[in-house]
Amino acid sequence: MPYLPMPLPLPYEESKGFWAGCKRHELLIERCMDCHVYRHPPIPVCPECQSWNKEWVKVSGNGKVEGFTIVTRALFPGLPVPYNVVRVELEEQKGLLIIGNVIDCSPEEISVGMPVKVTFEDITPDRTLYYFKKAE
Amino acid sequence: MDSIKDKTAIVGVGWTRYGSIKKPLPESQYTLACQAIMAAIEDAGLAPKDVDGVMRFNFDSNDPVRLAHSLGINLKFFGKSMYGGGGGCACVAQAAAAVYAGMADYVVAFRAISESQEVALGHFASQFAQLGGIPGSMGWIMPFGLMSPAQGAAITASTHFSRYGTTSQHMGNIAVAQRKHANQNPNAFFYDHPMTMEDYMNSPMIAEPLRLFDCCQESDGACAVIVTSEERARDLKQPPVYIMAAAQGGLWYPNSMNLLDKIADLEKDESWHLAQALYEMAGIGPRDVEVAEIYDHFTIHVLCTLESFGFCKKGEGGPFTEGGRLEWPDGELPLNPSGGNLSEAYIHGMNHVVDGVRQLRGTAPAQVKDADIVLCTSGNAVPTSGVILRR
Repeated sequence: MPYLPMPLPLPYEESKGFWAGCKRHELLIERCMDCHVYRHPPIPVCPECQSWNKEWVKVSGNGKVEGFTIVTRALFPGLPVPYNVVRVELEEQKGLLIIGNVIDCSPEEISVGMPVKVTFEDITPDRTLYYFKKAE
Repeated sequence: MDSIKDKTAIVGVGWTRYGSIKKPLPESQYTLACQAIMAAIEDAGLAPKDVDGVMRFNFDSNDPVRLAHSLGINLKFFGKSMYGGGGGCACVAQAAAAVYAGMADYVVAFRAISESQEVALGHFASQFAQLGGIPGSMGWIMPFGLMSPAQGAAITASTHFSRYGTTSQHMGNIAVAQRKHANQNPNAFFYDHPMTMEDYMNSPMIAEPLRLFDCCQESDGACAVIVTSEERARDLKQPPVYIMAAAQGGLWYPNSMNLLDKIADLEKDESWHLAQALYEMAGIGPRDVEVAEIYDHFTIHVLCTLESFGFCKKGEGGPFTEGGRLEWPDGELPLNPSGGNLSEAYIHGMNHVVDGVRQLRGTAPAQVKDADIVLCTSGNAVPTSGVILRR
């Protein structure tokens, strides 16, 4: 079950590998093969060293909440409020941020700095979304 | 280095009455644009045939050719800025650049908006739901329900709160100050509606920690300004308001998801980059600024912009809002004396430029005494722009 009744992302050239990873329940983050700096979302050229060589690296999925909101006003009918949106900083690199939701977690429990871990939800036979859960 | 500092001036301003999605104006965006531009032309003492350039916002549906057709403008230069609310002052900046480069003599920069008739900006996301999938970079945020600018600003606010101890009360100080200012401005949408801190705190939560009154309005209306060379400006009807500096926010996004959530770097956000460029060109610093016309899509971004422009240190924006410092007439830095996007109308920041010009002419509704230098900024959290004006 998706956390929110939202359409799924349409993969595009740079993002296909990421979503294929989700299907295998792996969080893949793009990294430069030359300077080894991660970046998300995926992009063609390394902004640090301008290298075109890149690879998908399976990361731990551990991180902490860097910022969040509890949405209390739905933008269209059918969206169950309140729901949370978090910006997670992954442990692999300072400033490596990814947007998601924390599932199985009440709004009151969420705070900046809260440790989280990635989890996956098969939405359709072909498509899987990543979410986060409170980490111990 | 040669720059456009003081080489151009704003010589005409125009505006319409303002409505909202709850009290819509009957006029179309097209008609509103014509009203504001015509008013600016008359204010400058010009005729439409004198105007030969048009700069518009990217979100504006008005085609410069249609405007020229209806108004009788002799179109030689046209363009549009980018990034929505970040591009308002860029319209003025590019008008100034075109004039200085000799590409046109009189360029109008305008914004007409009808959120009651066109898609209200806060609701743009609903269009994507129809597609059966979310295309492009929106796919990184929208499946998780992050789909309005308010929600992105709310995440930024949570980080600012946590890192620096900023509070709702601090954001409320901004909203309450601007409402007081709007209560001085008969054309402001909230002219007749005072608001206390208690009213602010009682307003409904939209996306925690942002309440309704942290958010700009959804408005109908238009504003326009006319830019020409300083030589031509000398002989016109109004006292010239010189453009001391005009710049766009040069910046770098290490963590760009897309435009809705990008302010991961609170230390050096878009406004910080813009401030460096504007102050350098103008040859002034924050202490020289007497009126702050700061783009206010959300109170938290006003606070961030005040920090980035050096009115206080990074992280001290919260306490800086206290003690009436931002309130006309006695505060040391009157903030958005027209009421701004929050309480005058959401004309996407072009109303800030109009008020800035009126401040320097001495004809503003909430006139800051003897104002000589005004800072006008466009939206933070998107690639942005700004101008510094002087009399």
